[in-house]
Amino acid sequence: MRHLSIGLALLVLLAGCASAGARTTTASAPPPAPAAAAAAASQETAGAIGPQYPSTYQRHPNPPVLIRNATIMTAAGQEIQGGSILFKDGRIVSVGTSVQAPSDAVVVDGTGKWVTPGVIDTHSHIGVYAAPGTFAESDGNEATRPVTAEVWAEHSFWPQDPQIPLAIAGGVTTIQALPGSANLIGGRSAVLKLVPARSVQEMKFPGAHYGLKMACGENPKRVYGQRGGPSTRMGNMAGYREAFIAAQVYRLKWDKWNKDHQGDPPERNLRNETLAEVLRGNIYVHNHCYRADEMMQMLDLGHEFGFKIRSFHHAVEAYKIADVLAREGTASSIWSDWWGFKEEAMDGIYENGALLQQAGARVVIHSDDASGIQRLNQEAAKAMYHGRRAGIPITRDQAVRWFTANPAWALGLDSIVGTLEPGKMADVVLWSADPLSVYARAIQVYNDGWLVYDRNDPAHQPKTDFSLGQP
Amino acid sequence: MIAFLLAQTIAITGGTVYPVSGPKIENATVLIRDGKIAAVGTNVAVPAGATRIDASGKWVTPGLIDGAGQMGLREIGAVQNTNEATLRGNEVAASFNVLEGINPASTLIAVNRMEGITTTLAVPNGSLIWGQAVLIDLDGSTIEAMRAKSPAAMVADLSEGAKDAGGGSRAGVAQRLRRVLNDAREYATRRADYRRRQIQDLGASAADLEALQPVLRGELPLLVVANRRSDIETALRIAKEYKLRLILAGAAEGWMIPDEIAAAGVPVLVEPMDNIPSFDALGIRYENAPLLTKGGVKVALMETATENTRDLRQQAGNAVASGMTWEQALRAVTLTPAEILGVADRYGSLDAGKVANVVVWTGDPFDFSTGVEHVYIRGREIPLRSRQTELLERYRTLPPKY
Repeated sequence: MRHLSIGLALLVLLAGCASAGARTTTASAPPPAPAAAAAAASQETAGAIGPQYPSTYQRHPNPPVLIRNATIMTAAGQEIQGGSILFKDGRIVSVGTSVQAPSDAVVVDGTGKWVTPGVIDTHSHIGVYAAPGTFAESDGNEATRPVTAEVWAEHSFWPQDPQIPLAIAGGVTTIQALPGSANLIGGRSAVLKLVPARSVQEMKFPGAHYGLKMACGENPKRVYGQRGGPSTRMGNMAGYREAFIAAQVYRLKWDKWNKDHQGDPPERNLRNETLAEVLRGNIYVHNHCYRADEMMQMLDLGHEFGFKIRSFHHAVEAYKIADVLAREGTASSIWSDWWGFKEEAMDGIYENGALLQQAGARVVIHSDDASGIQRLNQEAAKAMYHGRRAGIPITRDQAVRWFTANPAWALGLDSIVGTLEPGKMADVVLWSADPLSVYARAIQVYNDGWLVYDRNDPAHQPKTDFSLGQP
Repeated sequence: MIAFLLAQTIAITGGTVYPVSGPKIENATVLIRDGKIAAVGTNVAVPAGATRIDASGKWVTPGLIDGAGQMGLREIGAVQNTNEATLRGNEVAASFNVLEGINPASTLIAVNRMEGITTTLAVPNGSLIWGQAVLIDLDGSTIEAMRAKSPAAMVADLSEGAKDAGGGSRAGVAQRLRRVLNDAREYATRRADYRRRQIQDLGASAADLEALQPVLRGELPLLVVANRRSDIETALRIAKEYKLRLILAGAAEGWMIPDEIAAAGVPVLVEPMDNIPSFDALGIRYENAPLLTKGGVKVALMETATENTRDLRQQAGNAVASGMTWEQALRAVTLTPAEILGVADRYGSLDAGKVANVVVWTGDPFDFSTGVEHVYIRGREIPLRSRQTELLERYRTLPPKY
């Protein structure tokens, strides 16, 4: 009943966005080869000042694990009955019907259970809009001016947010923590492994691309309408264009100086630095946008400045332009059934995901909600079954990809994680029942091969500091 | 014309029927006549001329009841002009009855009833005393046609949301509520003095004090929003002092004191999927509904997001996953809310004489694989159409043909 509070509703509109290439360098583990070049580029852009908050992520050690005799949904086209999966040193070793385990492996009986890749949420504000939800931890929207490309979500992220263990218990292994949707350009996102940590740097996914949060539609003009603008959608659009025009100039200066090192380096500007990386394709654009016609305009904005939109977010009307989105290769990070709380969300339908899938567009189920993140598998199921009942044949594998492989792609991590295939990072969830059923619960969650959560073992049930000594 | 429609006789045959008031019945018939359930069982004679609905292989349950939300009072949350649930400028809005704010043409109604929700509470919003909630069936072109019970409950807030009405302190809120109830008692014995302006200043208007009389008499339940254990205890305390019929809504930390709540005979409306901690409810947890149920508390499940009242099914499924039995969860979204809101003589189970709110499902109503085949509200078959189905049809093939 707390949701009936009006004040909270307004906060939700902004925070929850319902409202709205540099890759991370790593200090310890060797980065995969492509990251090195991109990392070098950002170092160069920065004028070689110093490493930019590198990831200090380290995999937790874990003995090898063999889950046997489970139904394994690989998110790579297979649902293996009586299957087994072996992972060791953070990597999936093999998946199949007869998998041999080393003698030191922990053997988990998966009889009657299901296994999927770890759940990935492309749109979360946990940590930046942390519980208990007071002003003190409302750090998701730097709503002081419409373009704040210079801020980075990780600098607002609180690793002791009690919402984090709740998400882990829902099977979530990776999130993109985003700035909110008050701003036209909200700042860099943080792509994080959801593990207990003292600092956000320990959670930064090694080799991940940063995202750039952009927002169109009602939220920015509501926030800035009485504060100097933008107050209209056309004002929104001019705002993005002006920001990218300045970034183009900045990029040209730095690209030139990086090449010839003639004279003093150009002056460094955090805002343009991030936007220049977007123009170079190193930072991915994640654009909160509801209406079909606005999404079409944002695609043209991308054409104007030479960047692709990696994913629209919320994209409540994406089904209306599913063919265009398929052609553009832009993903849609959507809910199954949220609609009607704003006018731009009026036309939400259950079949959004199914229609997109049918058109060949990439579908991601996201949460934008600390409660919803715990049930992305359920949301995907709702979207799948409603699609089927509307006569759109969606397979179980496709539905599982909506919360695993597809969000991995949206975050540029699809070569590393998101499916259960040999060589991939061992982000694995063992479910008590079919994950596309309302009755399923995550029994075990492995993050990079480490048993971060076990429903039946209090020794593997992380709690953040905030929860200690509380009811 | 209306009489003709109501006189329609419908026989839903061959399904697995879940009356809720008793165990499930295989291969049974639900006979509907004149908007009411005429008979339920395996040996029901189907009159000639009845419309036969073959429910073989299907599940048949009462329509689901959501004791929360603002159905009909809210079209678009962000658009003030489409929201009718809040009365400004009155922190003790006891006389604020929301019935005339309900829009029978709200698009939310069709969207949600096609997923099996047939009856909802329309709840006001406010400060200390929010006003009178009404129970509506999700069919009818007028508020008279939709009304199931008005008022169904008086709604008040003892959570942190009410603090401004108590001068910024929970103690202030409790004291103010007592003052208002005391004034209502006083007013009841001194109406003449009030008219002659020979009474001390009272803490609410005459209309509001008048509206509190049925609450004081225990005839109209007081539905109190309270989540923190101490706030729940405040509600129990005040209800005991004034002999009120209390319903708790939220009760997020109720699982800590099930014995107290059960001993007081107080029923609870719980939202199962809500487990995000706040200072108002640090101890909130998924297992609240099953723990309360195990502790002997009467529990109804609710979905508070009006646009997605249809997610009441998912709420129930998650309550089962957290430890309620399936039967308990079904009861918690049918007969229990009917009992709590005082309409169990007419709603909440498939029994002869009750209003014919019936749903035919392809399977377990709580799981996602299940679809809705038929919805009956007051015996009328509801077209499974909404503006969402129209949008689907328009955009099935692209580009759309405008």
